[in-house]
Amino acid sequence: MFLVPGFIERFLHRMASPPHFYAITERLMPWLWGIFSLLLLSGLYSGLFLAPPDYQQGESYRIIFIHVPSAWMSLFIYSVMAMAGAIALVWRIKLAEVVAISSAPVGAGFTFIALVTGSLWGKPMWGTWWVWDARLTSELILLFLYLGVIGLYNAIDDKRSASRAVAILALVGVVNIPIIHYSVEWWSTLHQGPTVTKLDKPSIHVSMLIPLLIMAVAFKFYYLIAMLQRAKTEVLVREQNAQWVKSMTEQELAS
Amino acid sequence: MKPARRQRLMLIGLMVAGVGLAAGFALKSFNENLMYFFSTTDVADGKAPNDALFRIGGLVVKGSVERPQGLLVRFKLTDFNKDVWVEYTGILPDLFREGQGIVARGRLNGQGVFVAEEVLAKHDENYMPPEVASSLKNQSQSGAGQ
Amino acid sequence: MNWQAFFAMGGYAFYVWTAYGITFLVLALNVVIPMVQRRQFLRHLAMKQKRQRL
Repeated sequence: MFLVPGFIERFLHRMASPPHFYAITERLMPWLWGIFSLLLLSGLYSGLFLAPPDYQQGESYRIIFIHVPSAWMSLFIYSVMAMAGAIALVWRIKLAEVVAISSAPVGAGFTFIALVTGSLWGKPMWGTWWVWDARLTSELILLFLYLGVIGLYNAIDDKRSASRAVAILALVGVVNIPIIHYSVEWWSTLHQGPTVTKLDKPSIHVSMLIPLLIMAVAFKFYYLIAMLQRAKTEVLVREQNAQWVKSMTEQELAS
Repeated sequence: MKPARRQRLMLIGLMVAGVGLAAGFALKSFNENLMYFFSTTDVADGKAPNDALFRIGGLVVKGSVERPQGLLVRFKLTDFNKDVWVEYTGILPDLFREGQGIVARGRLNGQGVFVAEEVLAKHDENYMPPEVASSLKNQSQSGAGQ
Repeated sequence: MNWQAFFAMGGYAFYVWTAYGITFLVLALNVVIPMVQRRQFLRHLAMKQKRQRL
């Protein structure tokens, strides 16, 4: 646990230089957009047109192609945020602070999507918009954790101490992640058990699994885009008095 | 790694472990309340509250659904161990059918019949096209016949 | 391809299309808002620099 190799530490320090980060992000962005658009279009096409209807749920199950990837993203982004927060706390790397706080609104968005699409799926299939079972309740707590992180960050003026407070809150909330994942196995819930991450084999037909996985990868790229957009703004605000930001606005003025 | 960083990393590890441990104990002690429904075996064994509203979950026994009159539906629920009869008046969700998992909210009457006020369908985690489902069914039927 | 049947979603049109609509609205907002904020902030910085130069 304490044996972090030296080259990783050196890499982190180099990436942590804000102008370097800003330039790399600018160069990366068109590629990210390209890959995301391709994945999204093929995911939507295969999910809405090619995939057959479900034997029980008919066409309504097509909500799965946004609901499940969003729910996965809500957990994934929280883990990234907490890890970035831990790195920020231990190594005091500014960029890790920026990544942590820039992830929060994106994660909150995906959590909100997972809850709303689940509700829109639950009404016709289960017969109710909402139940207080363990899965739905723990996912709602996740949304509040994200909103707490965003609120706490905005409530503290000094952004470096705000980042530290936020990192601790995020790390405390990590306990909710395994609870959400295992809630359908530990307790009786209205929400069904896991489909894709079952240990033996996924109980979803391959014609439905492929669009689901494409959408999941597309959402990963979306996260990179949305998080980096926030991170760029955040870096600019934090570095507004630095020379590289001044010369950039100078160019902006000239053009 | 520098000692200061090592110390901070250790503190974080301890904090996460501590919160995890506390949450584990809390969830364990509230285990009962976190259950969304009772199984039919629990209810048949009298573990469910007698005069209060509670939820029961199970599979609708094939061939047990009766519609005596109007919107009244009567069916048997099972968890493959013990069965409970359920009565419900109202419109059932789209997914309600024989062999389907459901969760009903209501209370037991004097005869041990569960009178439901609300019936929700609990769909399973399987997704497949109708053709695949019917061929699976045929396979299992011919397998049972052999 | 029957478009009418496609949009009807087997009677679940409201649920399916509302879900997809809200999803892409949230995703779009989460990208557009930081981009607008950055443009505004850059303009604000440029104004400040202009004032300092005068």
